[in-house]
Amino acid sequence: MNISDNIAEPTVYELSSPGRSGVTLPEPDVPVEELPTDIVRDDLDLPELTQLDVIRHFQSLSQLNHSIDSGFYPLGSCTMKYNPRVNEDAARLAGFMHSHPLQDVNTVQGNLALMYELQEWLKEIGGFAAVTLQPAAGAHGELTGIMMMRDYHLSRGDNARRKILIPDSAHGTNPASTTMSGLEVIELPSDARGNVDLDALKSECGEDIVGLMITNPNTLGLFEEQIEEVVKTVRECGGLIYGDGANMNALTGIVRPGDIGFDVMHYNLHKTFSTPHGGGGPGSGPVGVSERLVDFLPTPIIEIVEQGNDQDPPLYGFASPKHTIGRMKAFNGQFGVLVRAYTYIRIHGATGLRSNSEHAVLNANYLRSKVQDVYHLPYDRACLHEFVVEGRWSDAPEIHALDISKRLMDFGFHPPTNYFPLIVHEALMIEPTETESRETLDKFANALIQIADEARNNPELLLTAPHVTPSARMDEVQAARQLVLCCRPSYLSDPQYVNS
Amino acid sequence: MSYLPHTELDREKMLAACGVENLEAFFETIPNEHRFPQLNMPGPLSELEVLKELQELSESNAEATHYPCFLGAGAYHHYVPSLVNHMLLRGENLTAYTPYQPEVSQGTLQTMFEFQSMICALTGMEVANSSHYDGATSTAEAIIMALNHFRGKRTKIIISPTIHPHYRQVINTYTQGMGLTIVGQENLEADLDDLLTELDDQTALFIIQNPNFLGELEDLQGIENAVKDVGALFCVISNPITLGTMKPPGEYGADIVVGEGQPLGIPLSYGGPYLGFFATREKYVRKMSGRLVGETVDAKGKRGYVLTLTPREQHIRRDKASSNICTNQGLMVTAAAIYLSVLGKQGLRKVSELCYHKAHYAAKQIDKIPGFAVRKDQPFFHEFAVHCTKPIIEINKSLFDEYGLIGGYDLGQDYPHLKDHMLLAFTEMISTDDIQCLCDALGEIS
Repeated sequence: MNISDNIAEPTVYELSSPGRSGVTLPEPDVPVEELPTDIVRDDLDLPELTQLDVIRHFQSLSQLNHSIDSGFYPLGSCTMKYNPRVNEDAARLAGFMHSHPLQDVNTVQGNLALMYELQEWLKEIGGFAAVTLQPAAGAHGELTGIMMMRDYHLSRGDNARRKILIPDSAHGTNPASTTMSGLEVIELPSDARGNVDLDALKSECGEDIVGLMITNPNTLGLFEEQIEEVVKTVRECGGLIYGDGANMNALTGIVRPGDIGFDVMHYNLHKTFSTPHGGGGPGSGPVGVSERLVDFLPTPIIEIVEQGNDQDPPLYGFASPKHTIGRMKAFNGQFGVLVRAYTYIRIHGATGLRSNSEHAVLNANYLRSKVQDVYHLPYDRACLHEFVVEGRWSDAPEIHALDISKRLMDFGFHPPTNYFPLIVHEALMIEPTETESRETLDKFANALIQIADEARNNPELLLTAPHVTPSARMDEVQAARQLVLCCRPSYLSDPQYVNS
Repeated sequence: MSYLPHTELDREKMLAACGVENLEAFFETIPNEHRFPQLNMPGPLSELEVLKELQELSESNAEATHYPCFLGAGAYHHYVPSLVNHMLLRGENLTAYTPYQPEVSQGTLQTMFEFQSMICALTGMEVANSSHYDGATSTAEAIIMALNHFRGKRTKIIISPTIHPHYRQVINTYTQGMGLTIVGQENLEADLDDLLTELDDQTALFIIQNPNFLGELEDLQGIENAVKDVGALFCVISNPITLGTMKPPGEYGADIVVGEGQPLGIPLSYGGPYLGFFATREKYVRKMSGRLVGETVDAKGKRGYVLTLTPREQHIRRDKASSNICTNQGLMVTAAAIYLSVLGKQGLRKVSELCYHKAHYAAKQIDKIPGFAVRKDQPFFHEFAVHCTKPIIEINKSLFDEYGLIGGYDLGQDYPHLKDHMLLAFTEMISTDDIQCLCDALGEIS
């Protein structure tokens, strides 16, 4: 068999031909200085291609992806909504795109004004006293928030607090961020209605608690029915409340987490505020805090350093909070992502944001109503922006959530998040978002219903799915057992690696 | 402006299917007194109006395509071939998510795999992950990896005083609460020999930046042996453009190579999004954090790619994970992969040489100006420190206000012994005329 039958697209190294090049650079316009020969490298093993080769290669690769622009992407907890292209134009305006992060603040007032305004808007949307834009992603925001909580207690001489309470429905980043901050995780069970088990919470709360880390609505798409009681319980033992804002798309303009007593929350600008996911990043995870944590924010934050008047705008600059946890990232956060989120919020205003959340919730409940007779809902109550079903039936014992996911690809849909949250067997977590039409939701529901039928009558179709995607199911075990992490020819031919 | 597809009829039918009267009914579990707050924010606008506002904001910035920019210090204005941006804007690249479902994500996965391969080529290492947030957090993750490698039994980290000051600050933030001893910040004038004397059997990691924050090329020869003698790991923070011409850290026995990938086709964008690259030896791969793509085959025997060794990661291991990192810098990885592919073997070398030649010419010219002295303790690459007779803040103000130039970085902010020293960077974007303008201006200012 010819090798080309066996690959979707060659690698850049396989496409390379010695002597080709994609860019001609100008000849030096200054006298040439000889490079120090003792430290100059002998070889640089990069590929050699023309521009057209490169465009065709990456265009072919891109066509192997599913994306929001290609079709429905109901990936739970990821909020795969439409990413407006105007955001891209905004971030590419020359003054934003080509300003250097260490320029004198007087020469970048436009950037600072935008960042200041975005801080103010996020404060208002979440009900917080202050916001940092520095964290690079949701998980980075979590780390930032937990460090602030830790330092808050330490600054008060409250040194015995080492534990963070985390419900068992939480994202994996919550416990991982806690460990990274040097603190200990205490897992809380959920009750029969999908809420935090209040009795368990009460028995864990004590003087060793840093706080509670809670996702609300939780990863079942359910709003904590006893949230006020939960907040009160944690408060009474001196703990703080961290809100994981991953699911904020259910709540913009609906309720402000700060108003119900949350002390700290990260926003995911790449979820709620439509900045593109880019194949896995960049994200951006600004963090809002209540009054008691303001002094612990990472440095620097953006402030007005000189008030404006009728003639002159205010002068924006950097400030360092009094008990700052320090710097979380070089330079000024994921600035280009901030420009996109600013654009999105400015376009929608308060009414538009509320309407987005209302329709995200409408879409989720509508879809839920369409499939609830065919897929088991472990927590059967009205959801917010997402819901979780079980991908299994007692009369189709071979079929798992993974098979349903793979079969959905044959209908042109990206699967829901599968096997999460961990507290649901064979979980399929579905988040349609507000930008999908009724027709799309109907088609998706019909596909799910058809697959449920196939599971009983033609299970092989599911077990061997997907059938029409660029690749069939991947052998993940082989990938982990025979590690090939690099495609350079010299690497492949080096006997040291061939034999290992 | 709204992107919602719902017509009045849609809403009616959907509400009916849900068995509720109106949208408000979905939110009854939310405490009544906090439901539907009035947000004090500006009203909605059309795309056209918002773009106009943003255009004005952006124009109130000075930027490197209008003002020759001699600022570097960890972020550099380089030429980005047009096709990079055009390919990033393809919806299949822009609007895909993390490739958790490999059958419909081969584009993202193969791109990440090729990025990993080219980072290995550049750094002379065996494995690379598919990125961290930036150079600073990559460096912090190198420390966490070293601690995991020694299972917490070694707790001393030696950091050269000439790593980027922001990286140092991020390391200090990340490692609070880990019970570490971090050496190398007490004496900012310490040289390499001083640092090497700190090595002992408690040392987990030795970190040096090359070129260092002052632009100087460090003598990496010999570090490996000293570090290996005490059984510690050796980490180099690298600049990828420098690696276009200079021997890679892999040849000097580095165990970990990290750095800021921004120079590889990513615009300055006021500091982000950038990407942190991270490469190491194959024997340490299970201790490395971050997403990793591996080659495999599909059910029909066709070559394909998947995220691999995921048991290191938070979504599987939760509190036992090697790091809390979840996202990578996906789209920036795509940018760097395309940049490296199109520049290729010859192009990257050429960029690297141009930077070197321009900086060395500029250094000679500036050194001739009375009142300015280029620091010549060590060879440099494309950035160097100049001692000036006036405060840098004053010089930069004159350069900008009177000559339309973005001056260098004030080293005195971070290094008291380098008060009145300016760090100047030169890339292929700076012309001989720009250098002449800078020299003329400095001559007049002094």
